[in-house]
Amino acid sequence: MLQDFAFVGIFIVVAIALAGGPLILAWLVRPAKPNPIKSSTYECGVETYGDAWVQFKVQYYIYALVFVLFDIETVFLFPWAVVYNQLPLFAVLEMALFILILTGALVYAWRKGDLEWV
Amino acid sequence: MNVINDPFTWLAGQLVNWLSTFMPANGVSITMAVLRAASLGIFALVMFMVMTWIERKGVARIQNRIGPNLAGPWGIFQPLADGVKALTKEDITPDHADRIVYNIAPILSAVAAMIVFAAIPFGPGLIGADINIGILYILAVSGLGVLAILMAGWSSNNKYALLGAFRVVAQLVSYEVPLVLSIVAPVMLAGSLSLVTIVEKQPVWFILVLPASAVIVMLSGMAEVGRSPFDLLDAESEIIAGHHIEYSGMKFALFFLAEYVHAFGVSCIVTALFLGGWRGPDIAGVTVPWLWFFIKAVLLFNIMVWARGTLPRLRIDQLMAFNWKFLVPLSLASLIVVPLADRLAQGMGLTQGSWPWALVMLAFNVAMILWAFALVSAAGRRARMAAQVPAEVTAAESHDESGYGEEHGLAHGADAGHAPAAAGAH
Repeated sequence: MLQDFAFVGIFIVVAIALAGGPLILAWLVRPAKPNPIKSSTYECGVETYGDAWVQFKVQYYIYALVFVLFDIETVFLFPWAVVYNQLPLFAVLEMALFILILTGALVYAWRKGDLEWV
Repeated sequence: MNVINDPFTWLAGQLVNWLSTFMPANGVSITMAVLRAASLGIFALVMFMVMTWIERKGVARIQNRIGPNLAGPWGIFQPLADGVKALTKEDITPDHADRIVYNIAPILSAVAAMIVFAAIPFGPGLIGADINIGILYILAVSGLGVLAILMAGWSSNNKYALLGAFRVVAQLVSYEVPLVLSIVAPVMLAGSLSLVTIVEKQPVWFILVLPASAVIVMLSGMAEVGRSPFDLLDAESEIIAGHHIEYSGMKFALFFLAEYVHAFGVSCIVTALFLGGWRGPDIAGVTVPWLWFFIKAVLLFNIMVWARGTLPRLRIDQLMAFNWKFLVPLSLASLIVVPLADRLAQGMGLTQGSWPWALVMLAFNVAMILWAFALVSAAGRRARMAAQVPAEVTAAESHDESGYGEEHGLAHGADAGHAPAAAGAH
């Protein structure tokens, strides 16, 4: 098992090399003639107004919260799924109940209008 | 085991024999691991080229064009020509960009797409590393791609790039939920997170046992890659190109590499989870598991190309509504229905993995899907009625509202609470 993860580590290094290699090659080959107009921000030819790093809608944050809710649910689901075949019927029904409770959370977010894109 | 069954293992065996003539055992295993990793990575790059070619040819045929046809026979060397072009293009970093993050983002994007291949079983024994948490590793690693896109959008200091990045994070994070929830079902039936075990447990392909999960995984996989009709992240007509608007040359090419490698990775994952992986009949009396896996994965990629060529882009609110109000409830329902149907079938004395058992599971899944569609169409009809009634009373006031209801019948369809609320507003 440790050997397998060692391979994953080697593969990550190889992937970084395969992605970075062309960049280094391009750095050797490509021309470099910068000028102020070329390196200005490209926004459809319209003069850039202000900074791009601004406040954004709270809607994104609410989606992130609902995502975290379900992602934590899957943390409980995967171990249950792996041992599913050895479980008694009681444990299966219990998980169905757990999913139903979480569906309640989804219905709540839905009724509160948090799933509407505004 | 002969050369045709598995040429790769045979080649590796020959190489090990040759290496051990002048190397200690440890050195041989380390060299082999590095060679295996290198060939897997180069395989991913080659697949990137093949996939771009298939996509351009396929979309061209759908649009009644010829597509690339000058570089080599049928334009097959077009990706190489594109690569050379990307190499010689000037690299522009916009003023006020966050330089470090701006340069790391394309590399992270490509790496996140490539390292998925470490745990994909292309054939029996033909896998980078058979880690026992294979599918969990793939889910975790492909999540890094979202981070890379957010980094690219944020560091470009461009409003369009930032808008694109925000949309992407909202979209990818949302579609991750039905993807992960639906992958639980095959894991449950196979009793393992390892993709090798999941493939071995499919005498009947899981697409017949769990059609709902298969379709949800394929759809949300397409959304995860950000391909049309879910390509809001680089909607050219609205936000120019989203997060990679300021990138040029090789860095731009790396984002495309990430997209196509990820798309092929999703095809491979769906193949392994639902299409029986390397399982398939013998061809001319020879078992060629790797060829079967390859054929299935390329066919799935062609379905993605087909969808891209025929479907228009969804709007962001339709996209989110489709996910949260249709895919997520459906995958939750399938998580309740599948174990109960399985227990019922086993209670009837059918063994897991047999054809009668698969038919019972199929019946339950089809019933669930039909029920979901009935709910959606009923809710859509209610929403349309609610939007039409006030249109007759005050036509001028609610003109745009009724149009909205018509367009959004399906997207808001699963929204049961929406119709009474809309009716109450008038």
